[in-house]
Amino acid sequence: MLYISTLFEISLNSRMSKDEQILEDFTSKEYEHGWTVDLEVDEAPKGLNESVIRLISSKKNEPDWLLEWRLKAYRLWLTMEEPDWANINYHKVNYQDIIYYSAPKKKKELKSLDEVDPELRDTFKRLGISLEEQKRLTGVAVDAVIDSVSVATTFKEKLGELGIIFCSFSEAVQEHPDLIQKHLGTVVPVNDNYFSALNSAVFTDGSFCYIPKGVRCPMELSTYFRINAANTGQFERTLIVADEDSYVSYLEGCTAPQRDENQLHAAVVEIKAATKAEVKYSTVQNWYPGDKNGLGGIYNFVTKRGICAGDHSKISWTQVETGSAVTWKYPSCILKGDYSVGEFYSVAVTNNYQQADTGTKMIHIGKNTKSRIVSKGVSAGKSQNSYRGQVKVMKRAENARNFSQCDSLLMGNDCGAHTFPYIDIENSSAQVEHEATTSKIGEDQIFYCNQRGIDTEKAIALIVNGYCKEVLNQLPMEFAVEAQKLLALTLEGSVG
Amino acid sequence: MSQQVDININQLFIDKFSDFEHQLNGQKTLPIHDLRKKALHKFKELGIPNSHEEYKYTNFKKALTKNFTFNQLFKSKNDSSSFGNDYIINELEGNVLVFINGQFSESDSHFKSDEIDIKPLANAYSENPDTIAQHFGNYSKNNEDSYALLNSTYCNNGVFAQIGKNKIVNTPIIIYYISDARADEAVSFPRNLIVAESGSESSIIEVYSTIGEKNSFSNAVTEIVVEENAILNYFKILNETEHVYHVGLTQASQKKNSTINAHSYTFGGGIIRNNLHIAQEDENCTTNMFGLYLLNGNSHIDNHTEVDHKRPNSYSNELYKGILDEKSTGVFNGKIFVRREAQKTNAFQSNKNILLTNDATINSKPQLEIWADDVKCSHGCTTGQMDEEALFYLRARGIDKDKARAMLLYAFSIDVLKNVTIEPLKKYLDHIIAQRFNQEEL
Repeated sequence: MLYISTLFEISLNSRMSKDEQILEDFTSKEYEHGWTVDLEVDEAPKGLNESVIRLISSKKNEPDWLLEWRLKAYRLWLTMEEPDWANINYHKVNYQDIIYYSAPKKKKELKSLDEVDPELRDTFKRLGISLEEQKRLTGVAVDAVIDSVSVATTFKEKLGELGIIFCSFSEAVQEHPDLIQKHLGTVVPVNDNYFSALNSAVFTDGSFCYIPKGVRCPMELSTYFRINAANTGQFERTLIVADEDSYVSYLEGCTAPQRDENQLHAAVVEIKAATKAEVKYSTVQNWYPGDKNGLGGIYNFVTKRGICAGDHSKISWTQVETGSAVTWKYPSCILKGDYSVGEFYSVAVTNNYQQADTGTKMIHIGKNTKSRIVSKGVSAGKSQNSYRGQVKVMKRAENARNFSQCDSLLMGNDCGAHTFPYIDIENSSAQVEHEATTSKIGEDQIFYCNQRGIDTEKAIALIVNGYCKEVLNQLPMEFAVEAQKLLALTLEGSVG
Repeated sequence: MSQQVDININQLFIDKFSDFEHQLNGQKTLPIHDLRKKALHKFKELGIPNSHEEYKYTNFKKALTKNFTFNQLFKSKNDSSSFGNDYIINELEGNVLVFINGQFSESDSHFKSDEIDIKPLANAYSENPDTIAQHFGNYSKNNEDSYALLNSTYCNNGVFAQIGKNKIVNTPIIIYYISDARADEAVSFPRNLIVAESGSESSIIEVYSTIGEKNSFSNAVTEIVVEENAILNYFKILNETEHVYHVGLTQASQKKNSTINAHSYTFGGGIIRNNLHIAQEDENCTTNMFGLYLLNGNSHIDNHTEVDHKRPNSYSNELYKGILDEKSTGVFNGKIFVRREAQKTNAFQSNKNILLTNDATINSKPQLEIWADDVKCSHGCTTGQMDEEALFYLRARGIDKDKARAMLLYAFSIDVLKNVTIEPLKKYLDHIIAQRFNQEEL
């Protein structure tokens, strides 16, 4: 619990000392988690070509089939064009100006946490993650990923007793190659889109999780991503496989140091849920959004998709997006099994010059499938916030049911809120509802709070939190606290 | 292969221009001809959309390439044999203008020009050059949409109507566009320009129908200008067969305190695309849009609507409903733009669909884009089937299944129909709806 409390402290201290000041003008506030730590980095040369991919593959000591898979993806990527249909504007990425591999130098095999690079541990501390504390107090197993290579994995033994595999992707490639080969790229195929192809070619690490038959994972699994060395694109690969009748809740949280050059993050997350399995995937994303003039910030182009392969399975996405200069992300569910359920809960907050184009896809294939979409967008400053989603009911998907709600809240007159829902129905028994509203915070609501002695800033935080409650309630406890904090901080001062 | 097809159809439309010029009889000197050339130039750039987002679900290219030869385009004379009065809406009286394959039929038309300046557009080019110069082709979408450009290139006739200041006109203007596809395929490019001057109130009814079994393609553009405090009721009715391909753009521009009530009824057709774009240029505008589409067979109907709120204190309300039977496809895209200056805007949109079979498809995309903060906007979209409980309720009271089903579907449609204020027209539409559900009367 310490990492949360550290976060708390940061915000609490500043809040108590100069409460008024911060409230008055939070938009001018610089990013809190902005610093870099000098780690010894083992880097590939800038640029992308087949030899870089071979280097990555050999560094990671990968089997031949994986190298072939990467090369295939790379060759495919060369033939693809960067998509431009999203409602975002950004300077195109120069893919030859990125370092595709950088790893903190491994001096020896790590046996315990004490052996972790002290500087690295310091980074975690400043981020509010203390591995020891977490190990002891929170019951959360953390697979910390820093600059593409996992350096510490905890709670492995405890999970191991239950047969749960939770490790870094490269470890999984070494130890469970059959599982990886069986599932990798089956939910998000290499040729799915431009960024998934790029990721498939150059991904350096990520997490792998396998929950065996009938096992209910006793703790929240969590990874922390952090972009560190300058000019390092992050290409994470996450694969979660939940076997029959299992359950897992997976957390992903992000903070990144301040930098003026745009950094690219093109991750791929794949989830597979077998019969009666349930996977809950929660994200709090707070990467560097650029400064208040829109300079710098992270490009977050992520492909996330889950497949409810078996009957009665369930996949639930929850995301709180407050960071990144540009977010382009559509966590999706393919509801293949009969009676399967897909859920998507999202809060996307944009401020200053941030742009977000996010939403989901619910593809109903099986009979009696259900999906639910709750998306809450909050735009402030000069930001643009878009919801883009698709609900597709295929011909054989009898009795499919969908409910979508996407609300937008506008703060100030320089921002925009956009809704692009696609509803494609091919079955007459489908029941699909979509509703969307756009509004601002009611003056009467603020007046009501003021009247009861709550100042305007606090009232806004209160109202926004209430507005997002439906989504925040879906988050695990630890994340919910962090998320609430983030929302309040991101928005303070943005309403006059 | 498909590339080959692309070149053909686009090239064909470009090449036909000289044929078209030949039959203009000296009209080439009019300023309007420069606009045609400009439009053609732009069309050369864009071509017929193939995989464009706006035409994602509706692709005419294949249909046009496969089903039309365009051999007789701008060459043929109309079949002079009469085809009766079946296309006429009973009891509906007003200023009637009839066009057969895009050409004005004087003998079938009857209209008075005392309250309204009304005439075939071809006459207006020379008689009302100022109004034409001020409004014709001056609204943005005309220059972005390939089909509108194609219309601008080839349009020759249609209706020109200018409703004078503060004139309250109770008799509607009724325009019948008839495609005569008995002997040969019919292709037409109707074009209307309606100017409702300040304080006026009037109604325009466009009716499209086809006679004969051959294919017909019509590409229509209606430009509407509604000036300060004016009210305009606009109806577009398509009751077509499966051999009919239609793409039409209605582009309206609203000035201060004006009101537009736009109604769209589509009861069939091969591939039909209705574009309705309304731009609120000034404050306090009111826009109502009502649409109903009842489809069966292999019909494919695409309704694209767009309201652009540019100035404060405006209001728009949209209700589109559809019932899709057999193998039909419905597409709905409703865009609402609220620009930065358009504070205190209220915009509502609702799209409701019923699918009656598993072969029917609906693609709906209600789209809100908002840049102003003090607004109330919402949209809702539902797709479902008939309420089993309501059906049971009726059957429990001795109403047979078909009748009960028809009653419910009729009730679903009535939400839209009840907004029609012209009685004979309402009766006509009501009759078509009842017929569609195989009921004499409901």
